Amino acid sequence: MKSIVECQECGAEISVPEDAVVGEIMTCPDCGAEYEIASKVGDKPELKPAERVGEDWGQ
Amino acid sequence: MVEVSILCDKVRFEEKALYEKTQSRGIDSKIVDSKTIIIGTNNKRIDFSLGDVILQRSVSYYRGLYLTACLEFLGFKVINRFEVGQTCGNKLVTSIKLEQNRIPTPKTQFAFSAESGLETIKKTGLPLVLKPIIGSWGRGIYPLRDLETASMIIEMREEDNSPLSRIYYIQEMVDRPPRDIRCIIVGEQAIAAIYRYSSEFEWRTNVARGGKVELAPLTNEMEDLALRAAKAVGGGVLGVDMMEHKDHGLVVHEVNNTVEFRGAASVSRADIPGEIVDYAVKQARK
Repeated sequence: MKSIVECQECGAEISVPEDAVVGEIMTCPDCGAEYEIASKVGDKPELKPAERVGEDWGQ
Repeated sequence: MVEVSILCDKVRFEEKALYEKTQSRGIDSKIVDSKTIIIGTNNKRIDFSLGDVILQRSVSYYRGLYLTACLEFLGFKVINRFEVGQTCGNKLVTSIKLEQNRIPTPKTQFAFSAESGLETIKKTGLPLVLKPIIGSWGRGIYPLRDLETASMIIEMREEDNSPLSRIYYIQEMVDRPPRDIRCIIVGEQAIAAIYRYSSEFEWRTNVARGGKVELAPLTNEMEDLALRAAKAVGGGVLGVDMMEHKDHGLVVHEVNNTVEFRGAASVSRADIPGEIVDYAVKQARK
């Protein structure tokens, strides 16, 4: 079952799919803030602000 | 039983696909956050449970590169090797390696000051392309079409704080169709080839810049060239980028170390993550 987490920026609901894994990036549908799934205990995901795109990111 | 670690700083399509592939094949695997690893000179391999082989998938170039150096120091087998990452991450070193191995590549000049950069541009004549020697997703790549703009771009580079900005990588602007070719190499095999078309108002073909992909026929020439280019930079899991030069045929301009294959997977029937996982397992057993 998907989980709902509140966006720390705007308070909107972010839906985290059941099969999402730790490290995956979730985007707030309202404000676009990006979060990384920091942990998953049982079905409950914890989000933390995602790292900002660095100058050396990419392939 | 081989155990595979997928090392990354964020889980993208590629890392998820690799993880799912290991799981569906019954291979022990885990995704490891590269931001959490601390390694010391006094550490031993046994201090870390990272399995038999590590797929280095960090999106941050330097983090991935230096973490690979540390992991190799501990004796881990990392795909790709540090040396391969170092070569592929640097366009100047890549150009030299390609040329040394007689792989057709766009004509490129290197200058080490603003004055000599501008002199090179004037002597060679426009159009040209100025690229940062380290950079990705097409960032900082400028088409130089007139001298006035070219001098302003050089001036801008001078004002940048990075010492790497004083190194000028000046490449011929290849007369090509509005696309390039990405060929995915896994070990000794070319797995898939795609065309990458630039989006509207954009001349770069990077998928990260909105470039669109289309399946490309994997010709013998393409395969041979891509395999040779991959070998020239040290081999492994690589994305070889080439252009169709109007006068010289296929030319290789870049080899990517942490190859993104979401675009290729969307159009190719090849099982790209499956091939990568099989290769990793084989390397672990070597």
